[in-house]
Amino acid sequence: MEEVDVEPTVTNIPEIRHGKHMGFAWGPGDILVYETHFKPSGYTLSGPGGSFIHKVRKDEDINSPILRKLFNESHHIFVGLQTINDDLPSKSKRPQFVSISRNYRSVIRACMEELQQVAVSTRDTEKGTQYGNQVSILLAIELIWNLCEVLFIDAAPAGSLLLHLLDWVRLHKADVDEKAKDVLQSDSPAEHHNYWDVVVSYVLQGRLEEARQMLVKQATLQPASRNMYKLMDSLLSKMPFYNPGGTQTLTEFDVKWRNWHEEVDRYLKDNTFASNRHLELICKILVGDEDTLLEQKELLSTWYHFLVTRLLYSHPTVKPTDLHYYAQSCLTMFLDSRSVQEPLDSILLAAFEFDIYLVIKDCSIVLNNWWFVAHLTDLLDHCKLLQSHNLNFGSNMREFLLLEYASGLFTHHSLWQCAVDYFDHCPELGRACLELQIERVPLDTERKALKVLRICEERQMSEQVRSICKIMAMRALRNNRLGSALSWSIRAKDAAFATLISERFLQDYCAKGTFSDLDLIDNLGPAMLLSDRLTFLGKYREFHKLYGEKRFKEAAKLLLSLMTAKIAPRSFWMTLLTDALPLLEQKEVIFSADQTYELMYCLEELTSSLDTAASGGERPMQEEDVEQTKVELLRLSLARNLAMAIVKEGTVET
Amino acid sequence: MESAKYVSQKISKTRWRPVSYSSLQQPDIFVTGSWDNEENKVSVWSIGNLGSSGLEDGFEGDPQLICEQKHDGDVLDLQFLDQERIVTVSSTGAVTIFRQDQNSQTMSICKHWARAHRYPSDNAPSTGVACNSPEIVTVGEDGRIIVFRADQEGVVRVIENADSSTLHAVTYLRTTEVLTVNSIGQLKLWDLRQQSNSPSQILSLSRDRVPLYCVDRHPNQQHIVATGGQDGMLCVWDVRQGNMPFSLMEAHSAEMWEVHFHPTNPDHLFTCSEDGSLLHWETSSPSEMPSFLQGGRNSNMTSRSAMAPAGGNQSIISAWLHGDSSKSRLETTHMLPSQTLSVNSLDVLGQCLVCGTDGEAIFVNRQVPV
Repeated sequence: MEEVDVEPTVTNIPEIRHGKHMGFAWGPGDILVYETHFKPSGYTLSGPGGSFIHKVRKDEDINSPILRKLFNESHHIFVGLQTINDDLPSKSKRPQFVSISRNYRSVIRACMEELQQVAVSTRDTEKGTQYGNQVSILLAIELIWNLCEVLFIDAAPAGSLLLHLLDWVRLHKADVDEKAKDVLQSDSPAEHHNYWDVVVSYVLQGRLEEARQMLVKQATLQPASRNMYKLMDSLLSKMPFYNPGGTQTLTEFDVKWRNWHEEVDRYLKDNTFASNRHLELICKILVGDEDTLLEQKELLSTWYHFLVTRLLYSHPTVKPTDLHYYAQSCLTMFLDSRSVQEPLDSILLAAFEFDIYLVIKDCSIVLNNWWFVAHLTDLLDHCKLLQSHNLNFGSNMREFLLLEYASGLFTHHSLWQCAVDYFDHCPELGRACLELQIERVPLDTERKALKVLRICEERQMSEQVRSICKIMAMRALRNNRLGSALSWSIRAKDAAFATLISERFLQDYCAKGTFSDLDLIDNLGPAMLLSDRLTFLGKYREFHKLYGEKRFKEAAKLLLSLMTAKIAPRSFWMTLLTDALPLLEQKEVIFSADQTYELMYCLEELTSSLDTAASGGERPMQEEDVEQTKVELLRLSLARNLAMAIVKEGTVET
Repeated sequence: MESAKYVSQKISKTRWRPVSYSSLQQPDIFVTGSWDNEENKVSVWSIGNLGSSGLEDGFEGDPQLICEQKHDGDVLDLQFLDQERIVTVSSTGAVTIFRQDQNSQTMSICKHWARAHRYPSDNAPSTGVACNSPEIVTVGEDGRIIVFRADQEGVVRVIENADSSTLHAVTYLRTTEVLTVNSIGQLKLWDLRQQSNSPSQILSLSRDRVPLYCVDRHPNQQHIVATGGQDGMLCVWDVRQGNMPFSLMEAHSAEMWEVHFHPTNPDHLFTCSEDGSLLHWETSSPSEMPSFLQGGRNSNMTSRSAMAPAGGNQSIISAWLHGDSSKSRLETTHMLPSQTLSVNSLDVLGQCLVCGTDGEAIFVNRQVPV
């Protein structure tokens, strides 16, 4: 057994009395918990003891109406990702993966913004904090995802790596813009108490253009130190940034940057800005002085901001492989001994160390839903970053996480339809999971049954198709809707059930003398061939139709063939023979001599079998009498018809 | 098509609120019904610019929710009775009339027939409704046709055992005649003036018994009807002639859930399907005559007559009846970007189209090229 990574959290179930034992059952999303009669002394196990069954759920997010949008929208992106052709060279696919990653992130952002709005506008404080928590979780998710995008998916090389990291920090430390807005909207921005904070924050994020614009406002107020401001402005404007699309090589950039750095350093050593502590501070930041940076903890607020700023002003050409060294040292420097490392910190650190598995593992432990890890792992897997890793249970990691996520979705009354596509893209166990789950979707209406059926039929899940049709057919039968029941069993090609329903139709006919549901029986078409009994039902009805249309010859032929071809069940032969009576009694000869012989043969076969059955002596006397009279009548008619037919056929021949 | 509006409920039906024909106004209010949710809803949405000045150029935001009301069971069909009242039918078999107060922006139930469709010991889902104010006709899985009047408490008429299989949809052909489609591929014509409980005419798709799920009538020529069903084929029928469809056209790869002629420009037709697509069909007539002279657009009174002689005046024979023959041109366009989950419902009015999906999204298009 492996070690547990974190202590499991304890959930107290109210209403389970102290000292009582609990039983439980696993579900795909929930656990059912109940009190038992178990006594520690004896081993007599028995059923539930309390009158309540409690449902324990880890993932509450699935029921949030706003997060539902995240699940729905990302489902669409997920399906799009699966269709990207595997055969393309990975180079041409990378931009596609990056844009898909951005799509995922923009969905997270949209969801976050909506949650934020609701959190602010709600009056219920408890709900407010709940929304607030969800917002901060989504923030963290987006932060991690974005970093993974930069490091793993985009896999930026030295030079552009830092530019991407800068974008990452700017995006997630957007409170500068809020502050800047406040400052700029005030009457005299340069005297605003947040003015220098904003300037320094801009510099820390490498937003030098904006910092310069702010500085101009101060410079106009202080004509005395005009030259100093001018110098700072030129330093800021001269700072080289690497341009990945340009012709400049990384070495050329490095030389240029070093020259600039030395220039700044010179000014600092000359005490050029000594008379203005703000400008001196900026100058110190520009040379990448670590102590100065650490003094700005408030403005940096996080160790990873500190890391990026430090790289910007000390190691702008940092290689991906060296990142982990700087990350570790920044984390140690930034967090003083008192503060503890939070889960988010270790996840980001793992990312900087390029330990994808640790990132995914830690996220799985910390987050309360599978959405994030499932989608991120899937994307990383498409980028071919996870190939060598196999779990010692289930399938590979991608599939394992997708299955967990999809199973959770499937327990939801509405989102189960989305889950189907996730199962589809789990080659090893997806189908088996889907088969197990799809049968358990409650079918309230035919419309829903049709949708579930379509899912099964598209995937050739014939077992499930039969089962669903059977459920619907049984329900229709229970409600006495024979026509519907028959339609369902025809769709399932369920011969046994079709036979059963055909029997019911025939019984109804025998009892009432008329057919119900003619619209259906008259239109069976090729479906009639599904079961012998159904064929008989259809053909027998056809006989009635022919008879009704006075097409006696055809009717007679059909009737006879029903018996000779053994389509009609033996129990129905007497009815058929009785149906032949009016045809035998017509003025013109309908049954030919040969046909009459065959009818007689049928009758004899039937009576002989009836005799053996009657010898048992269970039949009441009266019923037997009626039967006997019928047989007598038939024999008479048959004999008369035979005579007429022989005469007629003889006449025609001569 | 504009981008998706995610609404956290699977949409089973979408309908525009009717606009008066005299004005050239475009619709701005639509209603949706949800299904498969723990608590289903009927919701009213606006695409107009609420509160902002009408002078804003070209800015059109998301549909905004105006009001909503709980609905017991899945909303299986939904129609406007008039400008204010909405009729829904439910998976519980209930038929409900909602009133949406346009001033106070609230919605309330003003009439409710519980278990209108039922089995002796169970609920039977009601599947379709058609309105011709004040008359309402509903059909259901129980094979019944029920006639209500919005101004009467009880049920006006029930046709028991109107069908031995499930009736999936109903539409008015004329004021006294309705058309139903069932799950064994039949169209049945019912004359409500007749007291008999059998249809006046049965048309059937073929011997294949392909279930039909939707039906719509040509707005001007009542004898022309379009249907769609399980195989995703679009069928156009002339109910005056023969019992077979006039033309069959390949459309979708899965169940077609709805078909609609454009109400004022019936050379255009729209279909949506379980396969996640929404199609715009445009037909043009074989003759050189512009289509507006062919009895389409200007709902002229001659073509409204139900007594139009078969094959008489060439100019009022709809382009749809030329079907897939090479003489006519039929163009189809996909109106949605790639989509995987079912498009359950659509409605089109003026230049506006709205549709709802199982992906819990609503799409609105305000510039349908008709």
